[in-house]
Amino acid sequence: MCLAIPSKVIEINDDNTAVVDTMGSKRLVSTMLLEESARIGDYLLIHVGYAMQKIDEKEAMESLNLFREIESKTADDGVER
Amino acid sequence: MELYSDFKRKDDISRLASIISAEVEKPVNIMEICGGHTHSIMKYGLNIILKDKINFLHGPGCPVCVMPVKRIDEAVKIAGSPGVILAAYGDMMRVPGTDSSLIKERTEGRDVRMVYSPLDIIKIAEDKNNKDKKIVFFAIGFETTTPMTAALLEEIIAKRINNVFIHANHVLVPPPINAILDSGDNLIDGFICPGHVSVMTGSGIYSDIPRKYGKAAVIAGFEPYDILSGALLTVRQVNEKRPAVEIAYKRAVKEDGNKKAQDLVNKYFTVRDEFEWRGFGNIPKSGLRLKEEFKNFDAEYVFKDELEELHLKAESGQSGKENALCKCGEILKGKSKPDDCPLFGKVCNPENPVGACMVSFEGACAAYYKYRT
Repeated sequence: MCLAIPSKVIEINDDNTAVVDTMGSKRLVSTMLLEESARIGDYLLIHVGYAMQKIDEKEAMESLNLFREIESKTADDGVER
Repeated sequence: MELYSDFKRKDDISRLASIISAEVEKPVNIMEICGGHTHSIMKYGLNIILKDKINFLHGPGCPVCVMPVKRIDEAVKIAGSPGVILAAYGDMMRVPGTDSSLIKERTEGRDVRMVYSPLDIIKIAEDKNNKDKKIVFFAIGFETTTPMTAALLEEIIAKRINNVFIHANHVLVPPPINAILDSGDNLIDGFICPGHVSVMTGSGIYSDIPRKYGKAAVIAGFEPYDILSGALLTVRQVNEKRPAVEIAYKRAVKEDGNKKAQDLVNKYFTVRDEFEWRGFGNIPKSGLRLKEEFKNFDAEYVFKDELEELHLKAESGQSGKENALCKCGEILKGKSKPDDCPLFGKVCNPENPVGACMVSFEGACAAYYKYRT
């Protein structure tokens, strides 16, 4: 139930639906629950056929960098934090 | 950036595991609430990588697992009514009720259909062959999934569809967590909170965990990087005696959640006074039902005579009982692990599940069985 999958928007329709690409498979999803309109190229989290949220790519990059930075800090001055 | 593969890289997993191992002062008990987290932990062997540092306790965040037998019996009863098409998500189909299951009803000729989405219900309703049928959706799920049932109601009302009914079994995450913490005999230091529930609800729903109970709460996504970074933040809260609600899944979870989805849920649903959970018994204010003004869409109202027969039978002890040896209830509270159950892997396995924890894709028992080696 919890598992929702990031999918890329490839088409937007005017009836609150969009076509998304999920790891190569295309499917039609509802955008009724989205607070902001989806645009082509956005990544959406899809769950039981509905888009829940747009994925914030900037936050994604930051969270990946967060713990990678910690290790490089440790290497720099040899002090464990 | 690759949204799929970037959050499960082996070098990141090793790196984070080393950082956690170095920072753990004494072994930490972390309950991951959501079945999706349990599966990911087992799939990537995170419990093995962090053995002796973190003890993962599996929580009740599996909406199929927590469904008591008597709700399955209601679905079975409704499926047996004339002219009914009973629709449910895949993993509900095989959960055993007292005498039957939805899949068994299907093999006996009842019109029971698996759906992937409430959108499939609309398709069934718009099929001209079904205009005289009563289409009943056995709706389950936590706060991640309730908005989709609300969206279904919104659409069937807009389209003036009058033969779709909802049997609502939606439940809330905070009440069973409070029940576990209220029972006092738990060893939990902190929680990894469900990432996708939180996309919808925001982070405020977990505020009792640090404030009332003094435990750590970190909202995490489902890839190994997400779970490990969530675990690390939990360990730090424990070490620093700084319980709080933190979001480790910022690419998807906003503090306020999805307000549009919340408003839609509040439009159609209200909180039940009581709802029974497998393993917990009744938990007050833990489940949702349709508001009174929408009773014509509520299967519990429309089929109340049929369900009344069933309730009388249950009261006389003829139905509604779970298998006495099945430890699913204890497992859902984090008190036992699947391999503590005498039935696990022997009598109870995915082909012949005895309890819901083995049937459900997200069940702890299904996860242990699948990744056993």
